[in-house]
Amino acid sequence: MAKRAAPEVNAGSMADIAFLLLIFFLVTTTIETDSGLNRKLPPIEETEPPVIKQKNIFTVLLNGQDQLLVEDEIMEIKDLRAAAIAFLDNGGDKSCSFCTGKKDPESSDNPAKAIISLKNERETKYKAYIAVQNELVAAYNELRNKRAQALYGTSFAEMEANFKDVNWPGSKDALKKKIEQIKLDYPQKLSEVQ
Amino acid sequence: MSKFKKKKGGEIPAVNTASLPDIVFMLLFFFMVATVMRQNTLMIENNLPFADQVEKLDKKDLVMYIYAGKPSENYKQFGNETRIQLNDKFAEVREIAAFIAAERASKREELIPFLTTALKVDSNANMGLIGDIKQELRKVNALKINYTTKKGSVLGN
Repeated sequence: MAKRAAPEVNAGSMADIAFLLLIFFLVTTTIETDSGLNRKLPPIEETEPPVIKQKNIFTVLLNGQDQLLVEDEIMEIKDLRAAAIAFLDNGGDKSCSFCTGKKDPESSDNPAKAIISLKNERETKYKAYIAVQNELVAAYNELRNKRAQALYGTSFAEMEANFKDVNWPGSKDALKKKIEQIKLDYPQKLSEVQ
Repeated sequence: MSKFKKKKGGEIPAVNTASLPDIVFMLLFFFMVATVMRQNTLMIENNLPFADQVEKLDKKDLVMYIYAGKPSENYKQFGNETRIQLNDKFAEVREIAAFIAAERASKREELIPFLTTALKVDSNANMGLIGDIKQELRKVNALKINYTTKKGSVLGN
């Protein structure tokens, strides 16, 4: 008996099928955003809040028209970061050896005592609030990066990225200590007034 | 001279489309891999604000989503005010506690402290509602929150 070759499958419509699937996935795809600003809410406490010196509080007010009032002065959002850094890094009582601020006795004592107080109204737009939050977090991040650069020769953001990275070869315990140290030097004290 | 003469009439040969399926399959696989099927059908406008100090939310299964925004075009009968959406339906502020409890119950017990609440709020929403949501979250001790934002300059807001 003669050997018969199997008839070839016609692959001409393969492209059509693939196109069909492609279009389905194109239509259903939504690239989801899964990043944002992480924050921690304060737990509900019954205790009286401690008394804080007025000069250690940096008040940021957002009104219903999304206008910004910082330390009783009108400010643009683009200037907020610099103002927050100047306040946090002031080091008024000279106990902070690494602060590079103006050491103005009228401003904050040291970064551990400096508190940023953010107050918004019910009519404030969410995007304005996020912009302010972002700038304040940026101020802290910038100071922490600077401190990390001075202490360990790498940026704080990089240290945190390494800490999360499972493939990072170094010692996680040592890194955690370093991160804690920087968080201790520049604690994020951002309080929101209800 | 006849050496340079074209052999046939000047017809352009047909383009070979044999590799077309390969190209299409390549695209197909890209989209199949990149696709994240939405968990919730959004009934609200959800135009997130921009921020540039963002951190990535990893561990998708440890995130609870709360959406807020104006009802979208198809749901105008629910009014023009900013509403909260939990799972697939509109909700009131007081329902958040029950929602968090239900989400917690569906997770393994040892994972509960690591749960994060992601607030996906439309950029035109008012802070009053967000303040209420935050207060409600504090009541049920769900303190880790994440304001989900798009990556970009805040000045573009």
